[in-house]
Amino acid sequence: MNATATIALEDRLRIDELYARYAACLDDGRFAEWPDFFTDECTYRIVPRENYDRGLPLATLSFESKGMLRDRVYAITETLFHEPYYQRHLVSGILAEPDDGGFRVRANYLVIRTKAGSLSEVYSAGRYLDHIVDDAGTLRFREKLCIFDSELIPNSLIYPL
Amino acid sequence: MDTLSRPIELDWEAGACAHVPYRLYTDPAIFARELERLFYRDHWCYVGLAAEIPNHGDFKRSAIGERAVVAVRARDGSINVVENRCAHRGVQFCQKAYGSTKTFVCPYHQWSYDLGGNLIGVPFRKGVRQGDRVNGGMPDDFALAEHGLTKLKVEVWNGVIFASFDHDVEPLRAFVGPEVGRYFERVFDGRELTILGYSRQRIPGNWKLMMENIKDPYHPGLLHTWFVTFGLWRADQESQMIVDGRGRHAAMVSRKNDGGRSDAVTAGVTSFKENMVLNDDRVLDVVVEPWWNGPTVTMLTLFPSLIVQQQVNSLSTRHIVPRGTGSFDFVWTHFGFANDDATMTRRRLRQANLFGPAGYVSADDGEVIEFSQRGYAQHGDLATVCELDGRGRGGADHNVTETLIRAMYGYYREVMEL
Ligand SMILES: [Fe+2]
Repeated sequence: MNATATIALEDRLRIDELYARYAACLDDGRFAEWPDFFTDECTYRIVPRENYDRGLPLATLSFESKGMLRDRVYAITETLFHEPYYQRHLVSGILAEPDDGGFRVRANYLVIRTKAGSLSEVYSAGRYLDHIVDDAGTLRFREKLCIFDSELIPNSLIYPL
Repeated sequence: MDTLSRPIELDWEAGACAHVPYRLYTDPAIFARELERLFYRDHWCYVGLAAEIPNHGDFKRSAIGERAVVAVRARDGSINVVENRCAHRGVQFCQKAYGSTKTFVCPYHQWSYDLGGNLIGVPFRKGVRQGDRVNGGMPDDFALAEHGLTKLKVEVWNGVIFASFDHDVEPLRAFVGPEVGRYFERVFDGRELTILGYSRQRIPGNWKLMMENIKDPYHPGLLHTWFVTFGLWRADQESQMIVDGRGRHAAMVSRKNDGGRSDAVTAGVTSFKENMVLNDDRVLDVVVEPWWNGPTVTMLTLFPSLIVQQQVNSLSTRHIVPRGTGSFDFVWTHFGFANDDATMTRRRLRQANLFGPAGYVSADDGEVIEFSQRGYAQHGDLATVCELDGRGRGGADHNVTETLIRAMYGYYREVMEL
């Protein structure tokens, strides 16, 4: 990211808060609220670092509209058979710069997974590359790209990162 | 020589393939014999796609059973596969997943090999001169030719790389057989492939459970809501279950219908969601491709290591890499064809949301495999029941059957002598 571009402290705090609220939503399992973190036109992609680094277009999940996000929520809650688990997101190293009427943000994330009766385990380690815009007074994601380092997904990936 | 032929005591009724003992999924002695007899001898295993290493010197790391191998494109365009293990001290010399090189050099003592796996350089082989004497060096009878990398037998079938540690293995096409080979060549007819990318997952279950999953047309219309609801795979569609002459490989071939309610196949099926409507149905924007010639889905199992998926416009190879009795790595390589236009590529990528570790119809396959493995670990003496459609092991012209699983275990028993 361009080190010379700076943003106002107030914006910085709003961005921090957005990530904190996003993590809290997912970690609480309030998936129905997850699409509201995005603008109506949006993209959300989870991509293995291997594909990203090599310029290969395949994503683990690739959504191109809020409708697709809602369809994922329906799948999580109604159609995808899975063993439930808790997520705990740790987001750090948020770097933001102004861009195109909003902000380009890079941040690290770590997601810890805990299943009933099991020890907690590192589930996904990676970074977010996001484009955030001010949507009528609320910061929302126009683009969210989750690039995970973890070479192998521990069996399955059901909930959003 | 089979070093693992010590007797395995297993209470398995002779000839019964409709019941599979749980111990087949949990016993380390059985697993060791599987590696030897199914992965390292008499069988061809998947290594990758030739399009992954297009230029000479390009290599990729892969695995056969629990052995790491490297596939590399030689100067003449052919593909070599060597074991990723230096002949000197056994070091796994190649650490990069992909790359391009002129030679393989082991980092430990700089032994170097050409792209065919021949040893070409050994530092201090003639010793090191110090004053008027020469220190060290290899014995006079040390021959480079005797210390190459382990070279595998390789066949590339219309762009798909197979290899075997066993140089006496039968030719690849004979190994696959004409029944399933026909469907292999339907996808891989020699067209140039484009690599779209990878998904990798580690599934905590025995590797055979994934072979079984793709020989099991019973579950998709029950476990997978998307299949039964949108008619991509369910019990009321036109289907062919095809098995090779020996029972090990199979093709599940079917044609989608319009989904929706049908008393015969949706009544009482909780995964069926009659009122489910997608907010954005571009994920299911299916366009018929001329080469399909009828079927909308063909799922191939090439025993023991490969699944080839064509489910509507989504194409992938899925590589099974066992990791002990209770775990395997599952590597998906999604691809398209060089003559796909941008719209078709985008369509294949969108439909990829159905597949892989997060996919609408694949994530739960990994989940149920994990739960199966847990069940097997609970009992040493029980067996699964695979009696849908009787106890035979032939093909079928419908999908209400477990015949392909029985066929695989018929073959398995013969080779494993269990
Ligand atoms: Fe399935």
